[in-house]
Amino acid sequence: MSFWGFLKPKKEKRSPESGQDRGILVFEHTSEVIKAESVLKKAGWKIRVMGPPPEIRSGCDLVIEIPLIEELNILRSLEEAGASPLEIVPVSSPLLQPVDLFQNKDFGKYLMIRAANMKLTIEKETETIVNISGGGCPDVPYLASKMVGMSLNEAPSPQEIGHTLCGYALQLAYEEMRRR
Amino acid sequence: MIGVVGTVPDRDFPLVTGETRLKDDSIYIRGRNIPVNRGTPALLAAAIRAGEVLGQPAPFSYLVGDIGLGDGSRRLYEYLTRHLGQSDPRSKSGRGFQAITFHYLQPDVDWHNRVLFAVEEMERRPVLIADAGFMYAAKMSGQSPQYDLFTPDIGELAFLADEEAPHPFYTRGFILHEENRVPELIARAYKHKNAARCLLVKGKQDYVADQKGIIVTVDIYVEESMEAIGGTGDTLTGIVTALIGTGMEVAKAAIIAARVNRLAGSYAKPTPATQVMDIIQHIPTALAKILNENEKGEVWAKQS
Repeated sequence: MSFWGFLKPKKEKRSPESGQDRGILVFEHTSEVIKAESVLKKAGWKIRVMGPPPEIRSGCDLVIEIPLIEELNILRSLEEAGASPLEIVPVSSPLLQPVDLFQNKDFGKYLMIRAANMKLTIEKETETIVNISGGGCPDVPYLASKMVGMSLNEAPSPQEIGHTLCGYALQLAYEEMRRR
Repeated sequence: MIGVVGTVPDRDFPLVTGETRLKDDSIYIRGRNIPVNRGTPALLAAAIRAGEVLGQPAPFSYLVGDIGLGDGSRRLYEYLTRHLGQSDPRSKSGRGFQAITFHYLQPDVDWHNRVLFAVEEMERRPVLIADAGFMYAAKMSGQSPQYDLFTPDIGELAFLADEEAPHPFYTRGFILHEENRVPELIARAYKHKNAARCLLVKGKQDYVADQKGIIVTVDIYVEESMEAIGGTGDTLTGIVTALIGTGMEVAKAAIIAARVNRLAGSYAKPTPATQVMDIIQHIPTALAKILNENEKGEVWAKQS
């Protein structure tokens, strides 16, 4: 700290445990919680089993708290182990739902679809993915490097190779593009 | 000198720090090269090109490989908490960072807060700029007002405006991401203390705003295709970082950067299939032209 540092007013420190970046996995039965806990702990995730917040009215009496940003990666691990949750909600506001609004922009030869902060653009005639933009998680440049230049049918899906909520948003845009 | 903290999309890329240069379509750091595609390499490429025009030294980067697993980001966060406060690369020349930009990092509130404390330990507090994942973490932490500049796009602005959302993926539907609601979203972000001292909102029109509202709307050189091109927001953040690195006031730098990025895009005659490097190569010409206009006072011509 600099010599004058002690004169600086102390900043309000929000606890890292405030849960802003944590999510909750909700399961139907306690046995599924135990199985999922085992799978996630073996994979090295920082998780904890706890009682559900009062807003959650579905599922059993236990939930698992996870790092929310890495939702896509965690879901994939659980699906592979046959331990998928009923739902995932943010700790900070358990009633929030994933974005379900899509916006599209027709450029004539090209079509762009946006879901949340992610945009996917294809050349209509060939269905080649020509650009991926938006997002802020580190898997976005990775996903772009694997998907741009490939056709919608050939490209790996964000669900397969993405890891974060940005990857999840791109998956929604990808699904919407395929649906059209 | 400016500092840039971010990731590259290669899991095997080690944690490296040092001066960063651009050659052809790749950036170079400590004998390693990284193709410029989008993300932090695109930010760096734009900052380097702009810095050359401005007579600035090469940026000092803190980079690590991360493909979204967060492992690289957490190693970099840990490194920053140990080194940011002590080993200021500028201290050798007696200068230090004028600005630091935090970019594509896995959003993690705990690590974000520790890095911010490390910044507070620095001898001289640099101008703090956050974009992408680190901006998400800054918002989630409730520490947004500690930053001098955020550079969100419209979707990210809606996330900043939604005091409940932990990520843009969970932005509530009633906070629509529509261009015509930008003033309202900016006001809401400031109301809930989820905005930096200055905002540069990227979109069909770019907006520079502060707590009092929109300062300037930049709507020249409109190229609809730019929204689809990955990395155009990163280049804008790179240009504004380079300008702030000269000591320029943040809002003024944001206005100039928005004009430069749009003009560089226009020079590239883009389609939605254009790749960002095609735009970066036009930044020096665009910057020279806009700076020339600025000297004549034209850059301030359209104010809200």
